[in-house]
Amino acid sequence: MKKVLTAILIMALIPGILAGCGSKSEGSNGKVVVYNWGEYMDPDVLTLFEEETGIKVVYDEFETNEIMYPKVDAGAVAYDLVCPSDYMIQKMLENDLLAELNFDNMPNTKNIGSMFMEKSKEFDPENKYSVPYMWGTVGILYNKTMVSEPVDSWDILWDEKYKDNILMQNSVRDAFMVALSRLGYSINSTDEAELQEAKQTLIDQKPLVQAYVIDQVRDKMIGGEAALGVIYSGEALVCQQQNPDLDYVVPKEGSNIWIDSWVIPKNAENKENAEKFLDFLCRPDIAAKNFEYITYYSPVEGVKEYVEDEYLLNSPLAFPDPEQYTNCTTFHYLGEEADEYYNEIWREVQAAGTSE
Amino acid sequence: MRKKLIAGPYMLWAIAFILIPLAMVFYYGLTDKNGSFTLSNIASISSPEALKSLVLALGLSLLSTVICLILAYPLAMILNNLKVNQNSFIVLIFILPMWMNFLLRTMAWQTLLEKTGVINQLLGLLHLPPLNIINTPTAIVLGMVYNFLPFMVLPIYNVLVKIDPNVVHAARDLGANGFTTFVKIIFPLSLPGVISGITMVFVPSLTTFVISDLLGGGKILLIGNVIEQEFKQVNNWHVGSGLSIVLMIFIIISMFITNKYDRDGEGAVL
Repeated sequence: MKKVLTAILIMALIPGILAGCGSKSEGSNGKVVVYNWGEYMDPDVLTLFEEETGIKVVYDEFETNEIMYPKVDAGAVAYDLVCPSDYMIQKMLENDLLAELNFDNMPNTKNIGSMFMEKSKEFDPENKYSVPYMWGTVGILYNKTMVSEPVDSWDILWDEKYKDNILMQNSVRDAFMVALSRLGYSINSTDEAELQEAKQTLIDQKPLVQAYVIDQVRDKMIGGEAALGVIYSGEALVCQQQNPDLDYVVPKEGSNIWIDSWVIPKNAENKENAEKFLDFLCRPDIAAKNFEYITYYSPVEGVKEYVEDEYLLNSPLAFPDPEQYTNCTTFHYLGEEADEYYNEIWREVQAAGTSE
Repeated sequence: MRKKLIAGPYMLWAIAFILIPLAMVFYYGLTDKNGSFTLSNIASISSPEALKSLVLALGLSLLSTVICLILAYPLAMILNNLKVNQNSFIVLIFILPMWMNFLLRTMAWQTLLEKTGVINQLLGLLHLPPLNIINTPTAIVLGMVYNFLPFMVLPIYNVLVKIDPNVVHAARDLGANGFTTFVKIIFPLSLPGVISGITMVFVPSLTTFVISDLLGGGKILLIGNVIEQEFKQVNNWHVGSGLSIVLMIFIIISMFITNKYDRDGEGAVL
């Protein structure tokens, strides 16, 4: 029995050890080391780029901004191109981790919609360090067969009728964004009184919430497990494709509009290759490929002409006019102290209730 | 000399993956961001949220340990009474699920217990009321029992197999009935296995964060989740380590109890 159990334990450990190994080889024209969100690029795009330029793409993925940051900060791997979100770019800039981009090397960046370059100034004031890759909103995905009234406000997530049918995001900024927007406060609030009020509404809401999840919102909503869920716009499109009963709305009180942008860390070893790859991504045909694959909105103008997928072309959710989201704001980096405060009150929300 | 050489790889392993990490936990746990000594990380256990999550974790893991014991002891006895080839087959069936990843098995429970999950669909077909335990402490206890039951069965079975049948026969010859034999002979002799099983279920239950995350729907915070978040989300390794030290104290207490009862190491599985 001893042996069997030991063998089992060893078997359980092996995959973890193997996962630590990776390969690094170079193409004829060098390489570029890319660090992107998981499932956030069409793999064909990498092949196309390698064929066209002879530059080998070494591709690595992260799950959240918070996991990405310490890795870039520590510089253990010299990434050439990274794709953080707005507020994280601000933090990286404040901590002097980013290299200035040479836009002369990237003629295609002029394809980026001017509105997004403007919006980028909230975290990159002179548009010198980042090029938008994808954008989107956060809103409510709801099941039309389970929700009778029109959904247009965050208030519906506090409606007793939908007890145990509500899915919230299990991440601190997103959860507080919902509460702060509902109360009419800024989603970047650092005012203690406002945040305490937001905390209290989240605690009040907790008995109605079925679960706090992140990626599982998608599966649960497609499966009809819940009636309402807070979700990113890009995910909403996939959900609707698989379950036509679902619809997505950005509540009238406003929400988070986010931009994920490419940046080049200061310690990048292949900056020119990184700029070539970034330029490549701004080509409308390539942006269209990525849009079709991940269904997050692309800020590149003229993408729609290259999209071939019938479903996406006909979906009212696929190509929203960004101008309509004037009441939506991007997240800002709030500083270490405010971060700590957010985490503290979020912990209070998480620990609330559950007496059984 | 040769013996030492053979132990070499393990010593290296132990230093690299047990001693050094442990030293780091203590270093982080006892210092603040500037590297100076502090006890405030350990004191952070006294915040209402951390304390509540610790009490909840203690409660749920005790409960699942008791349930595991109640389920495992009779099973181990049945296994012990079976003929040799029969029991190895049953042990195999019992261990078979353990060949699959622990995460996958816990996620499978999610699918089973969901509102529109497999169990509720079956209940619906039979016109029975649905089972609403997903995202409750009950689901977490279920997950703990399911995942850690083998760790209770195996040490108890191990000890029972080793009991000399002649001891039992002697008790019966001297007039003890089945019940007395069990209470006076079998159970005391199997105690090392029981104690070892209790530790092996209690410790992982107390520290788990995956089970409470997956089956608790993010609504139930155990001390394991608090520590996990300190490392992964809050990025404060100092508080995370401080809380880990507190948790270690509880684990050391349970180890101490184990050693007291299990002097010969008979119940040890590993």
